Amino acid sequence: MQAVTSVSGRAYPWGAKNVDTDVIIPAHWLKTISRVGLGRGAFETVRAQPGNLFDDPRYAGAPILIAGDNFGCGSSREHAAWALADMGVTAVIAPSFSDIFSGNAVKNGIVPVVLPQEAIDRLLETAVDQDVTVDLETMTVTTPYQDRFSFDLDPFRRRCLMEGLDEIGLTLARDTQISNFEGAAASTRPWVEGKRGYEGIAVAGAGRT
Amino acid sequence: MASRPLTLYEKIWAAHVVERRDDGTCLIYIDRHLVHEVTSPQAFEGLRVAGRRVRRPELTLAVPDHNLPTTPRIGPDGRLLPIADPESAQQLDALRRNTAEFGIDYIDATAAEQGIVHVVGPEMGFTLPGTTLVCGDSHTSAHGALGALAFGIGTSEVEHVLATQTLLLQQSKTMEIRVDGSLGFGVSPKDVILAIIGRIGAAGGTGYVVEYTGEVVRAMSIEGRLTMANMSIEGGARAGLVAPDETTFAYLKGRPMAPEGADWDKAVAWWRTLPSDPGAAYDRTVTLDATNIAPSLTWGTSPEDVVAITGIVPDPDSFADPAKRDAARKSLHYMGLAPGTAMQDVGVQHVFIGSCTNSRIEDLRAAAAVAQGRRVADGVRAMVVPGSGLVKRQAEAEGLDRIFVGAGFEWREPGCSMCLAMNPDKVPPGERCASTSNRNFVGRQGPGARTHLLSPAMAAAAAVTGRLADVRDLMPRDNNDFGGVMS
Ligand code: SF4
Repeated sequence: MQAVTSVSGRAYPWGAKNVDTDVIIPAHWLKTISRVGLGRGAFETVRAQPGNLFDDPRYAGAPILIAGDNFGCGSSREHAAWALADMGVTAVIAPSFSDIFSGNAVKNGIVPVVLPQEAIDRLLETAVDQDVTVDLETMTVTTPYQDRFSFDLDPFRRRCLMEGLDEIGLTLARDTQISNFEGAAASTRPWVEGKRGYEGIAVAGAGRT
Repeated sequence: MASRPLTLYEKIWAAHVVERRDDGTCLIYIDRHLVHEVTSPQAFEGLRVAGRRVRRPELTLAVPDHNLPTTPRIGPDGRLLPIADPESAQQLDALRRNTAEFGIDYIDATAAEQGIVHVVGPEMGFTLPGTTLVCGDSHTSAHGALGALAFGIGTSEVEHVLATQTLLLQQSKTMEIRVDGSLGFGVSPKDVILAIIGRIGAAGGTGYVVEYTGEVVRAMSIEGRLTMANMSIEGGARAGLVAPDETTFAYLKGRPMAPEGADWDKAVAWWRTLPSDPGAAYDRTVTLDATNIAPSLTWGTSPEDVVAITGIVPDPDSFADPAKRDAARKSLHYMGLAPGTAMQDVGVQHVFIGSCTNSRIEDLRAAAAVAQGRRVADGVRAMVVPGSGLVKRQAEAEGLDRIFVGAGFEWREPGCSMCLAMNPDKVPPGERCASTSNRNFVGRQGPGARTHLLSPAMAAAAAVTGRLADVRDLMPRDNNDFGGVMS
């Protein structure tokens, strides 16, 4: 993953609430088996409307998106984060995010910035013709108009973003701890080990059309 | 050692902490991992690129559902029928190849047990109380009905679980949603969860794990609890739990992948320790009186847009919050509805009975009870899509298929179907669908499609009347089997 310390540039001043993952990337784009190229499908239904924000030349290639409450609600599809990344968005600023989306965002180098609604309202005004900067070093969002809003981010997520860490690699390094846990669980909750699965279930294939 | 009373969530969490880090993040062990074709290809690809293996393939189960057409899969000559959409075919093929390569159990599209991943897990006994269960799908919350801590994850996390059998998580806040009283005539678990989401809002549960409690939930069958827990995510909560009880044990006993013999006894003994201790504290408690819940449905494009079937389309100006006002105006424009219209005056062209919310046997029984002896109205296309091959077989054994087909419904093969527009079952632009699924988002059932979420009995009522109808007007008062509630 690409490390990110600050994001600076134009911001789509959108502000829409409850932007769900079906809006970010409609289901028919989910048939891909690759992570790239989804930018073409991003916000397809919004883009179908004339005069929409995403096709406005003033914001072409903007790295920041400003949205309303509950951004990324709906499905767990990481395609939403891939689509945003593919269209060049590396920070989303909103009053709140769905839990699943913000996790997915971080894993794809997109900074989920939570700011109160008043700050969002101010940024929506400013971003119409000014750049916005999201800085992970200082944990602030700033504009050329001296606006300065501080935000919080879980320290681990911040570190992953700033160092571009491979989370799986980090966890694999805890192999001993995981193995110890597995050993203990095998004796305290042996039923969880279960049966090796699905093979040999008698009804397989029966009665299907 | 005297310890403070714990909630069900806290107990499951504590039993799965591999390691706690200084910042409070925990490495949590994952007991069960369900995989489907849409959110897994990039995860397997990631493993392959990094030269990693699947740590515990035996704790993983894969089944295709989202992309599969719901038309017959095997031709009269016994040969597999091809899948017309090349991209769907490629994704389904990728799942088959990936599971074979990494040694994961895979239920093929032609197996009797194939179905929607959230129907298959409980039905096979793969989902167990007190386990942590994940899937690259937000409706994984459904499995919480059995007392499993179950939640949806993104593809990077799917890859993380495949490689490490763990996830890095922050503990959530807890919310108790207590439903007291008893359900009125014609009111189903779907109406209860719609009422809850209407109350807390689509983001009300963000950051929380919900536990459903109260007399109504206790009296509910596993099918009904699955319907409720399934839609936890529509209220913003990543997971929704119901404490395991005798109903849970009776449901699981003898299922193909459930424990047996001495293991079963040990398991039940542990499961009995899981319910929240008396006096356990939740960060938030919401209570509902079931007596006030009517058969309900949605009018807009967020699952929080809930109204009783006897109600009217709301006026956007009636909302205090300006953002909600604006959203309501947009919703009504998209839905083609005028404020003040009686919900029962709204005609439908499509009826979809299916999805991981409402495609289990009790759902089909409830819909069939309404369809029996009636006809699907002219100009309505109505389809019933069982949640799995096993549900389908049971329904056929009970003669439900004949009731549906006799009434003019289509009786199809299991899959996600019209719940999301990823397979050939779609609602055309501008047309209206009464749907038992869980999302009424813009474009969810196809570009321009208009969705009203409701219960299976209400969907059947819409099919036979050609409009959004009050199921109570169609049913004799002595029948109170509206799905998911044990009498
Ligand atoms: S039925 Fe619908 S909600 Fe359930 S898993 Fe399939 S697409 Fe998702």
